[in-house]
Amino acid sequence: MSPVRAIQMIQGNGACVEGAIVAGVKFFAGYPITPSSEIAELMAEKLPRLGGVFIQMEDEIGAMGAVIGASLAGAKAMTATSGPGFSLKQENLGYASMTEVPCVVVNVQRGGPSTGLPTLPSQGDVMQARWGTHGDHPIIALVASTVRDAFDQTVRAFNLSERYRVPVVLLLDEIVGHVNEKAEFPSPDEIDLVERVKPTIPPAGYNPFEPTASDIPPMANFGEGYRFHVTGLCHDKTGFPTNNPQEIDQLIRRLNRKIERYRDEIISYREYELEDADIGLFAYGSTARSTRRAVYLGREEGIKVGLLEPLVLWPFPETKVCELAAQVSHIIVPEMNLGQIAHEVRCNTMGRAEVVSLSRIDGELIRPMEILEKIREVVG
Amino acid sequence: MIPYEEYLRLDKFPHIWCTGCGCGIVLKAMLRAIHRLELKKDEVVMVSGIGCSSRTPGYVDFNTLHTTHGRAIAFATGVKLVKPELHVIVVTGDGDGTAIGGNHLIHAARRNIDLTVVLYNNHIYGMTGGQSSPTTPWDGYSTTTPHGNIEQPFNICELAEASGASFVARSTAYHAIQLTKLIERAIEKRGFSLVEVLTPCPTYFGRKNRLGSAIEMLKWQKDNSIPVSVSKKLGPEELREKVVVGVLTDREKPEYTEEYAKLVERIKIKEET
Repeated sequence: MSPVRAIQMIQGNGACVEGAIVAGVKFFAGYPITPSSEIAELMAEKLPRLGGVFIQMEDEIGAMGAVIGASLAGAKAMTATSGPGFSLKQENLGYASMTEVPCVVVNVQRGGPSTGLPTLPSQGDVMQARWGTHGDHPIIALVASTVRDAFDQTVRAFNLSERYRVPVVLLLDEIVGHVNEKAEFPSPDEIDLVERVKPTIPPAGYNPFEPTASDIPPMANFGEGYRFHVTGLCHDKTGFPTNNPQEIDQLIRRLNRKIERYRDEIISYREYELEDADIGLFAYGSTARSTRRAVYLGREEGIKVGLLEPLVLWPFPETKVCELAAQVSHIIVPEMNLGQIAHEVRCNTMGRAEVVSLSRIDGELIRPMEILEKIREVVG
Repeated sequence: MIPYEEYLRLDKFPHIWCTGCGCGIVLKAMLRAIHRLELKKDEVVMVSGIGCSSRTPGYVDFNTLHTTHGRAIAFATGVKLVKPELHVIVVTGDGDGTAIGGNHLIHAARRNIDLTVVLYNNHIYGMTGGQSSPTTPWDGYSTTTPHGNIEQPFNICELAEASGASFVARSTAYHAIQLTKLIERAIEKRGFSLVEVLTPCPTYFGRKNRLGSAIEMLKWQKDNSIPVSVSKKLGPEELREKVVVGVLTDREKPEYTEEYAKLVERIKIKEET
């Protein structure tokens, strides 16, 4: 393992790669796309030196398929992309959800829809991360606002995927991906890693999709004596297709429940100046950087304003948002989209606080002064 | 005597294939090939996409992976790269493998990764009810070419060869013994190999094109197939309507997982010195 230097000047995309290596990534399949390509390039450089595999696939769909195949063969596997590629990943992301194959998908967001703004930031894929693939499916999506976050959240993405047998989406954005900043990294021995739970029973009695007490069935790897079947069709506990309504119901509910029941373990966030706040801000990703500044500028003016910065968007921190709504009069949600998360915040405030969306979709970041002006406007 | 039962998940029978379908014949040929090569069941991974042929892995006692439509080769690539010691066999069809999955097929052949693709070509989408595929003949009938097909079909073997495959062969469901030998050679070959098998679909292709019963369709395969050696003496006009069976390509080329291992070795030596 290449030692991570404790303090580095490094891009978010680079920190993501360092995090993946510490987490034990052994397989990366990708396809070139701005602004995520540095992740693939660094993986191509590093993985062969670490006993891992890098492959540039013929398209984004193939990359996602190869990642799932690799994970089934036992490797911690990952891909990275941006908006248009993330759209193409959706088909096999759903497959990974349905078949409970751990994997990590990094989306360094750029402006959309369609080809949109290849080199400019956006947070337009937050709802796609939740609902991009069809059907009721479980997903975990993490966000990052700093280069250090990009490292930590990549490690966490692998850990969560292995723990819950789910695909985990890490949403960076062009700013976090490309910003070069000083970051201090923990040494690998300070980091806890999670590995998938393997079956302990003999192959004959192994059911790869058994509804266990934890809702997370142990996972065997291909080629290790457990000859099981994997299909994207609705399947029974043995992994074979079923049309039995009871078995279908049990499967889909369990898949979703395994995230729902562990919400408290999964959800994490940061709080800034919230103790006595009258005005709340809810911001994530690079927008949280500007928002932190705006909070301090507001405080300098004597406005009691605080920030809730989620580190996990999905599952959504519903309880925390509801609590915040009970405390403050307004929750301002700055984001580089037309209010996708503002809508989600509104759904969870139960009318206790007014939710104000502050959006930019022109490829420009949201500056602290814009947020401060919105705070002043709300104060009146 | 081949102990087929050893390789089958008998509790998953009866299978879903129609009476007269060629899928079962290909399945048995694959099992014979695997048995003759003495492959361990734990070391075989069978990967498929979506369609009639792609239901095959469900019935066999290997590591089996039924993926999304057209993507079997991509998934198989991931499995093979992580565990190159496994025998990875991809089961696909004309629609799955050359329409929606065409890009993965040509690029896996170009990379020359050691996968064995057994492509069941029944000239139609059977699972979805008889729509035209990339191998539906010109003027052929299907539910989406009710007035006759105005598209030209793919020659899948030529496509695989041109894309860089190490081993390419064609056979039919009628030629079950030849088919077994070809699959055996395809599995043994280090590199990307593809065996195209013409399989009758009496339910849709046969009915839509008035080709008669399943038996008559098999008989057509017998009467219209010619070995590669004979085909070389014939002109394009004489080859029209003929099915050339046998080994079409068998060549030595660098194999991807071996090249990757060499690359890793090169880096290691460079870093040590």
